[in-house]
Amino acid sequence: MRRHHDMGGQDAGPVDPAEHNHAPWEKRVDAIMRLVGDEKRQLLRVDELRRGIEELGPGVYDELNYYERWISSITNILIEKGVISIDELGRRMEDVKARWEASP
Amino acid sequence: MGSEHGHDHEHDHGDWPYPHPKQPDLEDGPLTHHMAMTEAVAELLIDKGIFSADEFRRQLELMDSKSPAEGARMVARAWADPDFKAHMLEDVNAAAKEMDIDAGGIPIMAVENTPDVHNVIVCTLCSCYPRNLIGLPPDWYKSRAYRSRMVREPRAVLAEFGTVLPDDVEIRVHDSTADLRYLVIPRRPEGTEGMDEEALTALVTRDSLIGVTHLKTE
Repeated sequence: MRRHHDMGGQDAGPVDPAEHNHAPWEKRVDAIMRLVGDEKRQLLRVDELRRGIEELGPGVYDELNYYERWISSITNILIEKGVISIDELGRRMEDVKARWEASP
Repeated sequence: MGSEHGHDHEHDHGDWPYPHPKQPDLEDGPLTHHMAMTEAVAELLIDKGIFSADEFRRQLELMDSKSPAEGARMVARAWADPDFKAHMLEDVNAAAKEMDIDAGGIPIMAVENTPDVHNVIVCTLCSCYPRNLIGLPPDWYKSRAYRSRMVREPRAVLAEFGTVLPDDVEIRVHDSTADLRYLVIPRRPEGTEGMDEEALTALVTRDSLIGVTHLKTE
């Protein structure tokens, strides 16, 4: 059975040639991935990143944009490996949001 | 594209947001769930000493320094120097090193366009791309339409990029993986015989290195 991400040869519409410059937060996702996957750290391989993206499932895969899929996969795998915990992630996300709201 | 940054602020904010106001100049619009997740993960990894704020900042700068210019330099050298081209066809990563270019640790294979064969790259499963030589992939490379159709109807997809190939030209579509990426060596445009490497480098576009377009002198 073909899985959702495995789209080679499927029907699809025309290729949209539009491009966007990467937003700073997208570059941060990329930088996190490069660092946790580098020679020094080796916490997360590219194959694992992809496995994490594939595990998001068909609905989420299509709803999220590219770097949203990446950070979701990276986060899930870092939790799975015990590098970060769900609790501390939740608290820190609340902190980040609160700082954002509080800033001028 | 050069080695300059895409915007004005990356230097100061590699370790955002410690303790930092939001930056409407950087991120127009609201803080999304995934943006908050990204910042939270970065902060936690820095707190835990997985990487330092400085390493994070340097990684962002390194990314901004990658552009198609490095792949273009290699192609221009390959056009000008048959020995270098042979080396590149044998081992792109080693050939890059010869030019003080870091092609990264994942093997890259060069595929050469000829009058009879046109090569184009895709990653049907995700978005694998020779990013160390040509920067981050464009949006369309990661799109469902490109990934789905390039392996099945490459002539039609190439035509959407304005590249119409005669029927007797063989098209080879290379599906990249996490462990092997490809770089197209486009055909040297006619009328460039007198050009030096620098002038040749300036002719080479990102899309020609992906294989979706041909090069022209003008």
